[in-house]
Amino acid sequence: MAFNFPAFSYIIALIVDAFLIFFSLFHVIAFDELKTDYKNPIDQCNSLNPLVLPEYLLHLLFNILFAASGEWFSLCLNIPLIAYHINRYRTRPVMSGCGIYDPTSIMNADILTRCQREGWIKLAFYLLSFFYYLYGYVIALENDHIEHT
Amino acid sequence: MMADRNINGISTNPESLKQSALQDEKLFQHQQFNGVHSSQSSRSSSPGVRLGHISSQLPPRLIPQSQLPPVRPSIGNVTQQIGGINLNQSLPRSSPQFGTPTFSQSQSSTMGQKATPSPITVNTYFNKDTGSSIGSTASQQSLSGSFPVPPQIQPNLVQSNAFSVNPQSSSNLGQKSDSFPPLQGQFPNVQQNNTSQPPKPFHLPNPAPTRTVSGIGSLPSPQNKVLTNQNADLSRTHPTQSQHSMGVPYNSSLAARVSPIPPQQNFQISPNRNGPIQAPPSQGQINSQFGQSRNVVPGSHFQTTVSQQNLQKTYPQQPSLVQNNDNQRINGPNSFQNFNNGPNNNANLPTTPSTLSTQTTNYQQVNNSGVPPLTPPNVAQKANLHSNRYPTLSVNNYQQPTVTPGQYSYQQPVQKQAVPQQQSMNSYPNQNNQGGVLQTGFNKYWGMEHFDLLQIPNILPPAKEEAPLVQLGQELLDEANCSPDLFRCTMTKIPENNSLLQKSRLPLGVLIHPFRDLSHLPVIQCNVIVRCRACRTYINPFVMFVDNKRWKCNLCYRINELPEEFQYDPVTKTYGDPSRRPEIKSSTLEYIAPAEYMLRPPQPAVYLYLLDVSRLAVESGYLKIVSNILLEELKNIPGDARTQIGFIAYDSALHFYSLPEGITQPHEMTILDIDDVFLPTPDNLLVNLKDRMDLIADLLRLLPNRFANTFDTNSALGAALQVAFKMMSPTGGRVTVFQAALPNIGPGALVAREDPSSRAATEVAHLNPANDFYKRLALECSGQQIAVDLFVVNSQYVDIATISGISRFSGGAIHHFPLLRPARATLCENFTRSFRRYVARKIGFEAVMRIRCTRGLSIHTFHGNFFVRSTDLLSLPNINPDAGFGMQVAIEESLSDVQTVCFQAALLYTSSKGERRIRVHTMCLPVVSTLHEIIHSADQQCIIGLLSKMAVDRSMQSSLADAREAFINVAIDILSSYKVSLNLGSPVTGLLVPNCLKLLPLYISALLKHTAFRTGTSTRLDDRVMKMIEMKTKPLYMLMQDIYPDLYPIHQLENQEVIMNSEEEPVSVPPRIQLTARCLDNKGAFLMDLGEHMVILVCPNVSQEFLNEALGVPNYPAIPDDCYEIPVLDNLRNQRLHQFISYLNEDKPFAATLQVIRDNSTNRVVFFERLIEDRVENALSYHEFLQHLKTQVK
Repeated sequence: MAFNFPAFSYIIALIVDAFLIFFSLFHVIAFDELKTDYKNPIDQCNSLNPLVLPEYLLHLLFNILFAASGEWFSLCLNIPLIAYHINRYRTRPVMSGCGIYDPTSIMNADILTRCQREGWIKLAFYLLSFFYYLYGYVIALENDHIEHT
Repeated sequence: MMADRNINGISTNPESLKQSALQDEKLFQHQQFNGVHSSQSSRSSSPGVRLGHISSQLPPRLIPQSQLPPVRPSIGNVTQQIGGINLNQSLPRSSPQFGTPTFSQSQSSTMGQKATPSPITVNTYFNKDTGSSIGSTASQQSLSGSFPVPPQIQPNLVQSNAFSVNPQSSSNLGQKSDSFPPLQGQFPNVQQNNTSQPPKPFHLPNPAPTRTVSGIGSLPSPQNKVLTNQNADLSRTHPTQSQHSMGVPYNSSLAARVSPIPPQQNFQISPNRNGPIQAPPSQGQINSQFGQSRNVVPGSHFQTTVSQQNLQKTYPQQPSLVQNNDNQRINGPNSFQNFNNGPNNNANLPTTPSTLSTQTTNYQQVNNSGVPPLTPPNVAQKANLHSNRYPTLSVNNYQQPTVTPGQYSYQQPVQKQAVPQQQSMNSYPNQNNQGGVLQTGFNKYWGMEHFDLLQIPNILPPAKEEAPLVQLGQELLDEANCSPDLFRCTMTKIPENNSLLQKSRLPLGVLIHPFRDLSHLPVIQCNVIVRCRACRTYINPFVMFVDNKRWKCNLCYRINELPEEFQYDPVTKTYGDPSRRPEIKSSTLEYIAPAEYMLRPPQPAVYLYLLDVSRLAVESGYLKIVSNILLEELKNIPGDARTQIGFIAYDSALHFYSLPEGITQPHEMTILDIDDVFLPTPDNLLVNLKDRMDLIADLLRLLPNRFANTFDTNSALGAALQVAFKMMSPTGGRVTVFQAALPNIGPGALVAREDPSSRAATEVAHLNPANDFYKRLALECSGQQIAVDLFVVNSQYVDIATISGISRFSGGAIHHFPLLRPARATLCENFTRSFRRYVARKIGFEAVMRIRCTRGLSIHTFHGNFFVRSTDLLSLPNINPDAGFGMQVAIEESLSDVQTVCFQAALLYTSSKGERRIRVHTMCLPVVSTLHEIIHSADQQCIIGLLSKMAVDRSMQSSLADAREAFINVAIDILSSYKVSLNLGSPVTGLLVPNCLKLLPLYISALLKHTAFRTGTSTRLDDRVMKMIEMKTKPLYMLMQDIYPDLYPIHQLENQEVIMNSEEEPVSVPPRIQLTARCLDNKGAFLMDLGEHMVILVCPNVSQEFLNEALGVPNYPAIPDDCYEIPVLDNLRNQRLHQFISYLNEDKPFAATLQVIRDNSTNRVVFFERLIEDRVENALSYHEFLQHLKTQVK
């Protein structure tokens, strides 16, 4: 069974997407904890902030693969999220470290709800795209198979 | 009592602080019991009379006898009248009518008429009496109306006659003005007698005046008497009813149609205090009234004068001489003449039937400075003037002398202040036509009347705005509710769901001043602090007792057990009734916390001073002031025997001062390595204050000279803060930083970001911090219970936006003294006072504050200096008495199934004596379901307080332009939603506002010109950012003064209202006037109270007596350019002035500095830049702002 490049990018996307699902789950849980006063916002921000850039980069990674393999439709599905990530990081509060969460403003109800909603939406998006990548992977293999036969 | 006092009065007075320290423990038991009944009151607001006034929402002043009509037979009447007023005030919405009977003889007689069964008799009476054509027409009209209306119209007639003619009538008005502050001071000159009368709670209309009336105008007296008696009976039995029956609304609509006079009548009747002003007519309507008045007045005029003469003649029992004098004083000889001369006599008479026209004349005088007021404009002209006077006014410069020589100058502004009422009255009838007579009557009675802003140039009530009272429907609960000084919500009624809140467009939030100095505070020590087991709410007056053993939490509705101890009432020493406990009687109290409230032993008071000693700092000379004050106040620094203190100086290096035992001089250690700071010695940097007092004093004496010759221009603030953090982290405490230069070296170094050339630009950059060094450090400090307070004494840009982070997130305070120089006396004095207060004021360490609210509500956003540790918990390493906080509140669930909601703020702190205490404030608000009620429950000052905080956030997150736009949108939205809530069928032309929001546009237009939010005027970035920080942290009463300073005319103090200050001394208090040049006068002196600073502007033509006696200068040019105090002289004028100034200072944390400027002084800009209602370059005047709103309000 030969393994073409689109199939490779889909399988990578599949694996990475699984990580992203975990990230966003963690994100949702973390903000829920903040909301219910279980955690100190400083600690929470310290644990969340290091994960922000890796998440963005991982997401970018498989999209580069999609671009390279010519999977334009899959790429288009992800472009809005990439744009959102870039914008989000560009407008982050003034911080010396990496990350986008500022412990002094995170407890503001607006920001808290926004972050939580963002977590849920991303979780849904990653889950759906997980199945889409699975499908894309199968299709890619199928195409490959058809070409070979 | 003493004990309470002492404990709470600590921070203001160092002495009392000491005492309290001593008595704290000794009298402890005593306190808790005594405290039980003490009602909450602010430190400054005094007991006795004044308090009473406040509670009844009366402006804190008593009525000088002088303003009563001279005719008044006995003092008894006077007091009764006052009482009547009081009653009105204490009622939810004062009803205008209630005061009526007391106004004047003529008035009361009319009242009597009103009661007459047949309007016809009235009619004849009037005709007979005055023979005025107006009278007849009016009464006929009223007949056609065929309601108990006629009487009211007739009163007008009578009055109009009396007024135009008779000094007596003017005195009547004066008296009336007593009862209705907006009018107050209108005729301050009537008599010199300033003795004040204690208010009596109830008022009964007195027949006596009526009798005199009948005497006056040769009225058919028997009838009158009978009628009045009836009236009196009525009011005795049902005071409120009588109010209604006399109500303006009934006849007012009719009256409006009939003649120009009725409005005046209304005006007279209505007792608007703070402004239950009803209002808005369309301009067109008013004009039409004018038109009528035009028709009528000229004809009547002649008769009027005649009748006046008659009146005077037929008035033997009155001291007519005195009256004449009064009249002359009031109007000035010229105006008096004027009245005699012309068809426009109405205009000059203070109480002419159409008061509006009076107004116009005034304006006209203002406009044509050169034109002698004698020129009689015809009435039509007046009407025109009226319709468009406002725009011209805004252009006016006050220097145009407005008044005839004989006229007393600042009566003019005062007189104008009467206008809102009059106009509102005028407009009112129109309203009636739409809304139904009864409805409006009740509305007015409930204070729900509304009026048209465009018609009312002088909207400001002469007395200070008091917070609206929360009405829970139960007297006991209302009494127990938290003082609005401490805890205040933007509405006194909470909408039952979010959509209703959205409809009203009002912001929902609370402002809290939790650690305010209090003179009465119950302190409770008990084994078990009773709290809800589910939500940890402290028991409060608003809980429900299921039975004697259980209570239902009013926040989460859980039913909790009561501990056995709670059954015992410490006051009566009886068991069985938990509702007698202090916890249930007072919503503000303090618990001494038991051990479970401590995570560690209470920390000692630890103070560390970081002193910038760079070149700029030395030039500012702050170090000398600081050292001197510390030397003086060393013994008054709050703390117990463990108190520690330390000093670090920094420029490009850090200078430590070690004060070990047994040495004679402090040791200085300098550390040059500022990138990786360390402590040179583990101990003796922070030393015990009591043990090393001498050494510390030595150090303070040495410090100012030690760096006097330095030329180091660097400032290593970051390193100094880091090292301070290291020193303090074992204990926590307070770090005080004095910063004069931009921190440009070491960690946290900054560069100058401000572009001086774009200071006036519309878009302001760099409102946000340049880095997060200070914020991160502040969070670390906060974790170690260290608060950092900043004193910025810069002469150059220091990037407050960035360095303020250290205080903002560590619960510190920030003070700003830009351009401090030893040569600048006021500034130095201000700094001195501020710092002295700072050193000696009360302080709470390692504090947290938790805000709880009823289920269904949630705290949305917090404003202030703190770190939010969880959704409802604020971490405040230090709390000080001058810190205010704001919270936006969101309605998350429907509240329709509850009657009230509560907010509870609990502040847990360690006192400077090492005692853990919890201060609890609980505020309870009713829930309502109609848009109408919500809008009428708005608290405009609180709304402004919250809006300004939100706007600061907005300008930092988005942009200043956005914030400014948001302000305007808020005003538009609120006014639009009000218009919707009115549900008026036909389109309304005016700009309608409810009474409770009438100042909102004024305040918003003031905010748009405030240093924090203005654009187009050159504003230093630091100043702007600092003002923004103050918006977030200042308590409301100080913030309001900052946004809209108080302006008082002070050249005629002897003729003002006299009220009692906290020491029960009489103080003459002039009415507040609006911040516009139009209210100023060439012959006046004006005091502007900016909060921490007062400016007295002396105009060139002020009376010689004032210069000589009050100011102690021989003539006008002799006022020095740098006059910073008023000499204490031994004469009445001077004493009154001093009393008034100290009265203004009562509420403030420290006495304001004073500056006297001549009108031609170079410093005049200090005064004139705050005349914010006038048009300045690039900013709209208040009137233009209103016009803009009007175009936007849909």
